Amino acid sequence: MSEFSSDDFMTVAAARALRNGVTLFVGIGLPSTAANLARRTHAPDLVLIYESGCIGSKPTTLPLSIGDGELAVTADSVVSVPEIFNYWLQPGRIEVGFLGAAQIDRYANINTTVIGGDYDKPKVRLPGAGGAPEIAALCGEVIVIVRQNERTFREKVDFVTSVGYGDGPGSREKLGLPGKGPIKVITDLGVLEPDPETCELTMTQLHEGVDIEQAKEATAWDLKVADELATTGPPSAEELTALRDLLDTQKAAAA
Amino acid sequence: MAELLSLSEAVEKVVHDGDSVAFEGFTHLIPFAAAHEVIRQRRRDLTVIRLTPDVIFDQLIGAGCVRKLVFSWGGNPGVGSLHRFRDAVENDWPAPLELEEHSHAGMANRFAAGASNLPFAVLRGYVGTDLPARTPSIKPIECPFTGEQLTAVSALNPDVGVIHAQRADREGNVQLWGIVGVQKETVLASERSLVTVEEIVDELEPVPGAIVLPHWTVTCVAEAPNGAHPSYAQGYYDRDNEAYRAWDPIARDREKFQQWLEEICATEGANA
Repeated sequence: MSEFSSDDFMTVAAARALRNGVTLFVGIGLPSTAANLARRTHAPDLVLIYESGCIGSKPTTLPLSIGDGELAVTADSVVSVPEIFNYWLQPGRIEVGFLGAAQIDRYANINTTVIGGDYDKPKVRLPGAGGAPEIAALCGEVIVIVRQNERTFREKVDFVTSVGYGDGPGSREKLGLPGKGPIKVITDLGVLEPDPETCELTMTQLHEGVDIEQAKEATAWDLKVADELATTGPPSAEELTALRDLLDTQKAAAA
Repeated sequence: MAELLSLSEAVEKVVHDGDSVAFEGFTHLIPFAAAHEVIRQRRRDLTVIRLTPDVIFDQLIGAGCVRKLVFSWGGNPGVGSLHRFRDAVENDWPAPLELEEHSHAGMANRFAAGASNLPFAVLRGYVGTDLPARTPSIKPIECPFTGEQLTAVSALNPDVGVIHAQRADREGNVQLWGIVGVQKETVLASERSLVTVEEIVDELEPVPGAIVLPHWTVTCVAEAPNGAHPSYAQGYYDRDNEAYRAWDPIARDREKFQQWLEEICATEGANA
């Protein structure tokens, strides 16, 4: 039971960052796994909101998509897609947005559109924006979960799909983005938070067993490190059991 | 009044070469059977419109039906890339693909504007992103009352709206429930519409939270049991997550995809 991967560590650290009872706009993939883990551990009253229009879903299995039937039948309410964005996200009713990224820069701007080449002829065509630009702009605050490596942590993203802190201090205000922006970026190595003055992502926490040099090597810009670097305690037996059970529910549902 | 037709008659009637066609259904009730019939009838030069292109558009793009894609998220949900879509964008195979790219909020509002017969919709969106520079249907707009800067997106009024629903009655009144996405807006925004259904019944029993599209808003209805597979139809069957995973190796390989295409073209009216 004590065996776990760096991805498990990331998922557990991300789940811990979610306070019980908050309203949470959940992206698919890593964010959805972490949010459902939080609901099964310390945050049973987390309100999961999916862009498919499901509000207050309480899935017993881990969904593969953001619109699995399980999310709809366990929801407090199911609304149309125009409604979820216009009536629920846009007015700032949702406290936390939980996003993934393909690239992220030092000001936590996110790219999920194209990598390399130019827009019309990219090296890699990614899925695109989905709900993310408005989630990043309009949720009270944003948490990003993403694996840390040099391909992903770029000095500048190839395409700004969703705005973090733009060009730095004052950018969000100038653009009129009402939400606070990304307050935490949780990776397989640790946690980055924006510097309160410069908005630059700063390594504030390392997962137990990770060296700061590893984090620097996995970052394509000159990574700033907090004076007091905290350590994430390893996943507890309870957290690991809950995570395994959760992942098993997806396999069972697929069988 | 909506005409009740077979799926092949319905596609022949409403979908023509060069049309703009929205296939909607957000994860749920995706009109796969209708798209497969479009592939079988070898429609060409289509502008296809959908928030989440999903496997259904990977198939239409790979089959060479598509000239332009209007969308907001093109992936295989929970699995990874759409490899036929990527092959078209990255390598022009089987043909170059023009893109008009939005966010979900923008696309949803464009359909709502189209359904409302307005030229555009207004939202708080896109600001600070690189999307407006790439997409001419996104423009800044000033509120005439407060002077606030907002974003306008042009309305979507497709030639054809295609959706799948749980059921219809013999007059062509359509009933759908569960995750309803932008299906109502799609039908109301489109010049013509095709609704495939799990079953045609004598009488529509009320279902809590269901949408009913009256028969006079729908051009034609075709019965297509299992017509949303591998997505799902709430109350009928679950999402076939395994089929979404199985699509990945087929889509990665042009030859395997060609085999799939031959098989689908040989399967008369069935939904594989």
